[in-house]
Amino acid sequence: MTKYIAKIGLEMHCEVSETNSKVFSSAANTYSEKPNTNVRPLDMAFPGTLPVVNKQAVRMALMASMILNCSQPEYMYFERKNYYYPDLPKGFQLTQETKPIPVGIYGRVSYECDGEIKTVRINNLHLEEDAASLDHFYDTSNIDYNRAGVPLLELVTEPDLHSAKEAVAFLEHMRSVYQYAGISEADSKKGQIRCDVNVSIMDAELDEFDPNNWGTKIEIKNVNSFGGVRDAINYEIDRQIELKETGQYDEMEQQTRRWDEESGTTIFMRSKVDAIDYKYFVEPNIPKYKISQKWLDEIRSSIPELAMDRKNKYIDGYGLSAYDAGVLVKEKAISDYYEECVKTGIDAKVAANWVTVNIIGELNKEDISINDFYLTPTMLKQITDAISSGLLSSKQAKEVFTKALAEQKEPKNYISQENAQISNEDELTKIIIEILDNSSSQIAQYKNGKDNIFDYFVGQVMKNTCGKANPVLTKEILHRELDKR
Amino acid sequence: MKYMDKSISALHEMLMNKEVTSEQLVEESLSLSHELQEKCNAFVTILDDAKPQTVTDNLLSGIPYGVKDNYSTKGILSTGSSNTLKDYVPFFDATAIEKLNEAGAVKVNKTALDEFGMGGTGTTCHTGIVKNPWDPTRMCAGSSAGSAAAVAFGVYPYALGSDTGDSIRKPAAYCGIVGYKPTYGMISRYGLFAFASSLDHCGVLTRNVKDAAIVVDTMKGLDPKDMTSWDSSKINLQKACTGDVKGKKICYIKELVDKNRYKNASKELLEHLDNFYKTIEIARNLGIEVDEVSVDEKLLNAIPAVYVVISCAEATSNMSNLTGIIFGPRGQGDNYIDMMKDHRTKGFSPLIKRRFVIGSYVLQKENQERYFKNAQRVRRLVVDCWKELYKTYDAVILPVGTGPAKPLEGSVDILDKNTAVLEEHLQIGNFGGFPSITIPNGFINGLPVGVNLTGNCYDDENVLNLAYALENAMEYKDQIAKEVL
Repeated sequence: MTKYIAKIGLEMHCEVSETNSKVFSSAANTYSEKPNTNVRPLDMAFPGTLPVVNKQAVRMALMASMILNCSQPEYMYFERKNYYYPDLPKGFQLTQETKPIPVGIYGRVSYECDGEIKTVRINNLHLEEDAASLDHFYDTSNIDYNRAGVPLLELVTEPDLHSAKEAVAFLEHMRSVYQYAGISEADSKKGQIRCDVNVSIMDAELDEFDPNNWGTKIEIKNVNSFGGVRDAINYEIDRQIELKETGQYDEMEQQTRRWDEESGTTIFMRSKVDAIDYKYFVEPNIPKYKISQKWLDEIRSSIPELAMDRKNKYIDGYGLSAYDAGVLVKEKAISDYYEECVKTGIDAKVAANWVTVNIIGELNKEDISINDFYLTPTMLKQITDAISSGLLSSKQAKEVFTKALAEQKEPKNYISQENAQISNEDELTKIIIEILDNSSSQIAQYKNGKDNIFDYFVGQVMKNTCGKANPVLTKEILHRELDKR
Repeated sequence: MKYMDKSISALHEMLMNKEVTSEQLVEESLSLSHELQEKCNAFVTILDDAKPQTVTDNLLSGIPYGVKDNYSTKGILSTGSSNTLKDYVPFFDATAIEKLNEAGAVKVNKTALDEFGMGGTGTTCHTGIVKNPWDPTRMCAGSSAGSAAAVAFGVYPYALGSDTGDSIRKPAAYCGIVGYKPTYGMISRYGLFAFASSLDHCGVLTRNVKDAAIVVDTMKGLDPKDMTSWDSSKINLQKACTGDVKGKKICYIKELVDKNRYKNASKELLEHLDNFYKTIEIARNLGIEVDEVSVDEKLLNAIPAVYVVISCAEATSNMSNLTGIIFGPRGQGDNYIDMMKDHRTKGFSPLIKRRFVIGSYVLQKENQERYFKNAQRVRRLVVDCWKELYKTYDAVILPVGTGPAKPLEGSVDILDKNTAVLEEHLQIGNFGGFPSITIPNGFINGLPVGVNLTGNCYDDENVLNLAYALENAMEYKDQIAKEVL
């Protein structure tokens, strides 16, 4: 690879899942397994229906545009992209081309890859509507219009990425942005994230700042997972290098290819000369409207804390390690849970420990999301409070945690005075004196230098108290009482 | 005929005084519908089961009316006079229909139109040619051919129309009645089958100006389902019809009505222009100041081409939903492309196909700048020119077309170069979304001709009042078609 540099650009489509309704119709914008349940007449393009712009969707799109450091337009427009396909009921998609200006142009995003901060230039961000989804069978196809009209944000980067690793790191960064900004769940399992990938390679000795040196751009369509993006890029780089090495690269024309997950290869779809003419024109049913500075200011001031802000707060404010802070912010829902724990009054470090170790472990084991996790922050506090008041040992605390989850009952049901730790010094001293009084031979051995006999005494205390004796206190009293003899 | 030749307010009074019942009106209207259907083929559907409505204070309650078949009517066949929708029964009402339902108006039929409104002859309906009730060897013009024929025949006092180029105002002239399209967006287009969205207007055909005011007062209003609709609650068209027009100023365009400009003019055209000047004198006698103004001929000559380019472009995109997949007869074929092709090939008339080809051509990437974008620029110039006139004048007055209804025999929807602009100038009203009304102003060889008043946007009250005053100064108000032999 040292002979060549890869130039990679991404077109990332992310469904906006957090609006109440679709982007131009009043149908609910909720993910539904049941086909054709979130559909209004516009979503199936019945004659006479008209689009009405969802202000909430525009607001979220403008917020994303601000986070990406793009410029926002003065006027809002939509355009028709005309083509026939069974998943496109109107025969056109409402979208935004770069003229007139979409919700965002010419931005810049920093992201972390292998601990290094890198930058990608954003060409544009636009708001559009999703198509229906198709299920293909042997001789028929089913159409589900639930997805038709769901708001979609398409982000187009400049070819500033150089490897599959960078591309995936960037996508992960963007997923976190969409989640933290409350724009989308950005869940690729639900098909909410889809990418087109542009890949070309150039000779390493040439000037990378001159676009003429970038090589022939190959577009790979419909890559629907981050793993797919990684594999498609790696495959395509290898394929193009192979063409270079065998002298066939110059014959390769600019083209669109398709990522085939099954074979792990990219397959030729069409060359640039066969590119579809989408006959864009401005949607006449949506009058252009001015976006006020006041509204923009309002949106800007309501941008929520993003992952990086929270990470810094955890490190500098709560004294967590960079590693733990990183684990906590990776998924917004987990970070939200953690913040709630701190808010209910659990010590920040104690909460971090519970979340990063026990809770995430449990989520991974059960393969569930934190939203489906039984134990609320308030319930977790029942456990941590019991530890700090000495009612539970840390070992007992874990047992209570497991029991509460298994039986779906609040932890307090398993924490009681009765089986609480014995931390009363007088009570423990009494028990210990009684044990020592009956252990003269063992005391003699201990006094003769057999140090490990100390553990025998601790064992006896535990046996006597059914394991409830406070271990630290037990050791303390034992040392004191043994010294006396 | 006992009742249906009367005006809305006369019928309302009779209903209130119990001189007649809604049931009797509906019965008479249905019987006249069948009579006219025999004679002129004006309807797609006659609603024999139409139910009389309770008479209330609302002027329209209990009174029958007709609906152009490109309005979506719930539970009632709505074809747009196209084979592509020959069995389509919508499950929702157009907003304008909802408003008339609320008023207690009674739909008695769905009227035939040039397929989807794309034509000016009334000869391209999937149910056949619509004939003119004044002379069945002549056309009604279009596209609201059936509505114009029915109102002229006295089937009911009003019928709904739609107007993209002159589709209400020209048939009104050919049938000797009133045709009014208010300012763009005053009546919601939700539920009107789209032809060219930026030019489409809802409107009405009546036999007098006051009836047009009553109906549009009912149909108009801000509609959350149509972003181009606006709040007209302060406008009261009925009240505006006072007949007080002293000191008003109107103008006509020299380049369109100067007889010297038409070499080899037909006798009909000369009579038509003479008749127009007679109307001008009547206006002057009312105390209206009428000026002759000059407009750049180059701009005027561009009007028909601008209309063709913009309307065809929008139409080809708007009608991409007609694929036979979701509604309409499913086409035959081994794949979706062949199925769509089959549906569209069989469904559309040759005229529409020609317009689709033009529309696609002018939107193609390599042609868009030269044709579509330039047409939009010229449209803007024409509108600016008229807005300039409205700084001085309350309205522009011009004759409709080049004479009375044309014979069906040998009729082609192709323009004569010399008179093209005179034939097509009503399109200016659609370019600017201007309120525009045609009223009858005389006869040539026993056939009615019309005159048009077009004013500035939102100035509907003024335009209607001018038409009202002029109508009362002439003797063609409330006329019913009398067959001439």
